[in-house]
Amino acid sequence: MSAVLAAVVGATLAGCSSTGGKRAEERAAKSAHGRAAVDTPRWTVAMVTHSGDGDSFWDIVRSGAKQAAVKDNIKLLYAHSDEGQQQSEQVQSYIDQKVDGLIVTLAKPDAMKAVVAKARKAGIPVITVNSGSAESKAFGALSHIGQDETIAGEAVGDELTKRGRKKALCVLHEQGNVGHEQRCDGARKTFKGKLENLYVEGTNMPDVLSAIEAKLQSGDYDAVVTLGAPFADTAVKAKKQAGSDAEINTFDLSKQVAQGLANGDLGFAVDQQPYLQGYQAVDLLWLYKYNADVLGGGQPVLTGPQIVTKDEADELAEYADRGTR
Amino acid sequence: MSSSLARPTTPADPPEPDERLLHRSTLRRLLGRPELGAVVGAVAVFVFFSVVANSFLQLSSLSTVLYASSTIGIMAVPVALLMIGGEFDLSTGVAVTTSALVSSMFSYQMTANVWVGVGVSLLTSLAIGFFNGIVLVRTGLPSFIITLATFLMLTGMNLGFTKLISGKVSTKTIGDMEGFESARKVFASQHTIGDVNIKITIVWWLALVALATWILLRTRAGNWIFAAGGNAHAARAVGVPVARTKIALYMGTGFGAWVLGQHLLFSFDTVQSGEGVGNELLYIIAAVIGGCLMTGGYGSAIGAAVGALIFGMTNKGIVYAQWDADWFKFFLGAMLLLATLLNAWVRKRAEASK
Repeated sequence: MSAVLAAVVGATLAGCSSTGGKRAEERAAKSAHGRAAVDTPRWTVAMVTHSGDGDSFWDIVRSGAKQAAVKDNIKLLYAHSDEGQQQSEQVQSYIDQKVDGLIVTLAKPDAMKAVVAKARKAGIPVITVNSGSAESKAFGALSHIGQDETIAGEAVGDELTKRGRKKALCVLHEQGNVGHEQRCDGARKTFKGKLENLYVEGTNMPDVLSAIEAKLQSGDYDAVVTLGAPFADTAVKAKKQAGSDAEINTFDLSKQVAQGLANGDLGFAVDQQPYLQGYQAVDLLWLYKYNADVLGGGQPVLTGPQIVTKDEADELAEYADRGTR
Repeated sequence: MSSSLARPTTPADPPEPDERLLHRSTLRRLLGRPELGAVVGAVAVFVFFSVVANSFLQLSSLSTVLYASSTIGIMAVPVALLMIGGEFDLSTGVAVTTSALVSSMFSYQMTANVWVGVGVSLLTSLAIGFFNGIVLVRTGLPSFIITLATFLMLTGMNLGFTKLISGKVSTKTIGDMEGFESARKVFASQHTIGDVNIKITIVWWLALVALATWILLRTRAGNWIFAAGGNAHAARAVGVPVARTKIALYMGTGFGAWVLGQHLLFSFDTVQSGEGVGNELLYIIAAVIGGCLMTGGYGSAIGAAVGALIFGMTNKGIVYAQWDADWFKFFLGAMLLLATLLNAWVRKRAEASK
């Protein structure tokens, strides 16, 4: 047994890779091990999002929130559910726990309305992030940090027109997400060509692949817009399998998207800087508790859209690699 | 049925009369109840979270837990009855959303009093149940397949019709329409007593449990349900209307979906068309934790209610305990497995002690 083990360890050491792998990752991670930079009391902030399980975008938001929490001496709690009712129950659970601040997303505003009002009544400051710029103020939140989905969609429509596209596909991976609808509607508004919606089951990647592939085979699409970074890679695969020459574009960034932009697999990406959304939300709650500061003057604080093309891809790839872009 | 059980449970068994008609001591009777194990499991889960989560024992937290349990429990009751009757329904999760969508869109499009939409929605939900039941008895296909097809069709119809009629993925608000306030009172009101917030779904839930228990234990229809689930052929041979019973059971799940769907609509004013997928499994889980056998013929409505309570406590307890959200589903699954194992173990002991 020990001989086998020794052989395995020996082989592993002998077969070191000088590129990539865990060690490169550790070298790259120079952050998130900080100590608090302030001496305010240890406040507790809870963040409740509409993320599904294992969502790469929300992972970046969380990593921003975590980093700000470390710096501001805040205990950060996190819960998420893609069902509106579950999300509102989770917020209720945190109200019961009497947290010092709440960060919520309003992808399903009606489901969250009552519970946000309850939080306000209990004297808990609320900041909305990512989705719900239209409702945030009416619900009594301090500020909203995110990207206006309609404006982001319009930017995509403009970019598609600029690139001379005629017939595009908008891939929605969360049925019933109002923000996603707004993106596609915004793009449809400014795009001079024709834009069709395609609904896929975002939590089931093989399904996404086959759905996009089937769609590309069934029509002469020359552009695809996916609404999340992981779906861009899948769309590239689908395009290759379908033998289509459509240009794949996407919302959001990731390491793979940055690489795809650099090697020409992808046309452009629209980034909304998720790291900033998590980081700022925690930081603003800290500012509010410490100094009663409120940012935005009642207007949403925008973190996007930022159109990223081949030119910026290399620099951003490094940041995407460490999970902050 | 496993052969280790000391007594036969089908009423159609000749050697001894129906065990529910025999007079035994109260303790004996309690030990023989299907929900006994679930109650022990519920107590264990409750004690566990009381210890690990500081805020779990606050009254406000407990009312949140009760509410979460009731939204599972309202459906778990008719689903439990259906499973005792020997069938499955995988379309219940999305049927809840369908019921809310129909109600909201009908009222809005017809500019009718909200109660009209509520009525139409009841008819639609019962019709979906009837459809499942009639296809089952006519084709003889497994209910698993039929209701899986219904589940997929409803999922598509929820989105398709909503987009077609409202032009969006969620319905338009009906909060300003006539009858909304009175309907909200019935389906989604809440009474705050000090720190505690009692939602009306809890009342619906308990009422459904009481009704289902009465049907199961005190009526002829209850005997038919046990008989149809225990052994359909034998039941048919002694004159039990098996087909009618199963259709009625499916319509029962339709009724449950209607109640819960109206609750969602009247608490949030609008409905998201894509929700409800996956919840059907939670209702089945609640019924199974509560002592319903996957094979039919055995179980109870009270057990399903306790099963829903276990699920609600676990689901919210994890949040109160502030465990890492990444592991949420893992904890949920592990807790449910432990609760069910405890349940099975207690039941075995109870059977052995008879």
